[in-house]
Amino acid sequence: MKQMVERRIEILGANVLSLLTGLGDFTNFTMRTIFWTFKPPYRWKLLFDQLYFIGNKSIFIIFLTSSFTGAVFAFQIYVGMKVINADSFIGPIVTIALAKELAPVLSGLVVAGRCGAAMAAQIGSMKVTEQIDALEVMGINSYQYLAVPRIVGATLSLPLLSAVFLMIGYGGAWLIGTKVIQIDEAIFASKISDFMDLGMVAEGLIKATVFGYLIGIIGTYHGFGVEGGAEGVGKGTNMAVVWGMITVLVVDFFLTSFLTKIL
Amino acid sequence: MTNDQYSIEFKNVTKKFGETVVLKNVNFGIRKDKITTVLGFSGAGKTTLMKHILGLTMPTTGDVVVLGTIINQIGELELREFRRNFGMVFQYAALFDFLTSFENVAFPLREFTKMNEAEIKEKVMGLLKSVGIAPEAALRLPSELSGGMRKRVGLARGLALDPHIMLYDEPTSGLDPITTHMVYDLMRDTHYNNVDHGFTSVIISHDIHATLKYSDYIIFMENGLVVEHLDVESFKKSENPVIRRFLEL
Repeated sequence: MKQMVERRIEILGANVLSLLTGLGDFTNFTMRTIFWTFKPPYRWKLLFDQLYFIGNKSIFIIFLTSSFTGAVFAFQIYVGMKVINADSFIGPIVTIALAKELAPVLSGLVVAGRCGAAMAAQIGSMKVTEQIDALEVMGINSYQYLAVPRIVGATLSLPLLSAVFLMIGYGGAWLIGTKVIQIDEAIFASKISDFMDLGMVAEGLIKATVFGYLIGIIGTYHGFGVEGGAEGVGKGTNMAVVWGMITVLVVDFFLTSFLTKIL
Repeated sequence: MTNDQYSIEFKNVTKKFGETVVLKNVNFGIRKDKITTVLGFSGAGKTTLMKHILGLTMPTTGDVVVLGTIINQIGELELREFRRNFGMVFQYAALFDFLTSFENVAFPLREFTKMNEAEIKEKVMGLLKSVGIAPEAALRLPSELSGGMRKRVGLARGLALDPHIMLYDEPTSGLDPITTHMVYDLMRDTHYNNVDHGFTSVIISHDIHATLKYSDYIIFMENGLVVEHLDVESFKKSENPVIRRFLEL
């Protein structure tokens, strides 16, 4: 009995120690990337490459996700609102939900899946093939060369993608609302201007910026943390996606609580 | 022998990772203008030793002196500048897989020199030619090159900034015997073509036959200790039983 309790305490201790070590590593990585973000040379070309990859190359998937989200959400709201004869409120409800929650969160999940995975896989495979060592031996800081452009690229791209998501999502809702459900176009639009303000759009954009930063730092951290060969790269990629998505959802809750108070 | 005859000196270097002692009070000097091979079984501490030379790992105690600078006593930024004195060929070449052969060799030139595109092109094509890479292969990605070609492009990249010290980490692993000797010939030619300006070559290897043929000096390591540091002829005559075992392989 005593041995079993001791064993359990040992396991618990080892897990706590591992968690603290991981947290320390992550904090150290974060501080290093912040330091090297502001230290010259500024690698504009690498940043533009990442903006193109994270931003431009994600447009199609954002288009698909947002148009169907807006359309489905409008239809679901209609089903509920029709019962209380308030179906003309579809426009503001869908648009507010898109601006404050759906656009930043779903864009974040899409980018975490698509780009967080790519960041971890690219950096991880460079690590296992000694390409990161090659950079360091040349005197190039690998954090500055590989992590910073990806983190800054994701931070700048996600609010833009979120804005695109909002516009396309609105378009999907408008199509369903005015062409399928047959709400008057003027009413659809005027209700939105009655209930929405810029603070709601700002809330979504701030959230998207924070999500972009977090996805960038989590993706690159798991890339640099890859150990071993192909299996390690797969594990790192998986961790980047899982933790990226979980972080978006959890941080969204706290950001919503905070931003609702100040905006 | 005076200190200025050494490019690299290890002075009472001990390295511990937790409770594990990887280098045990290591003392030696690597001579300028010579080819020195660090030889030993797997796990002897060879790679840790090379990482100390590059300043990628710092000693727990003792000093590593490279070209007169105690590299474990300088700051990170200064160390990064200092590393431009090194060229390195990695075990599997470590070419950047998103760049062509040309771009791989041009990479350090673009990062650290103010050469214009025409000058870079001339230098890169010259380097690729010197290691036997045909101009048409310059535009290929590393994945389109053979193992031997990748090593040669890696050597060209390592030489791009005219380093004072060239390091080779298991440069022939995974290569067939003929390509192995081609790569060693190339390393030797590279060394003697550059020896006028104080060039030093350090090879990490466990290929005893190539080491005896191509090296000037051999450092033999076992369990974190430098067992012998001798010129090749003396090494061949060593009575040390571990070395005898290695020589009889």
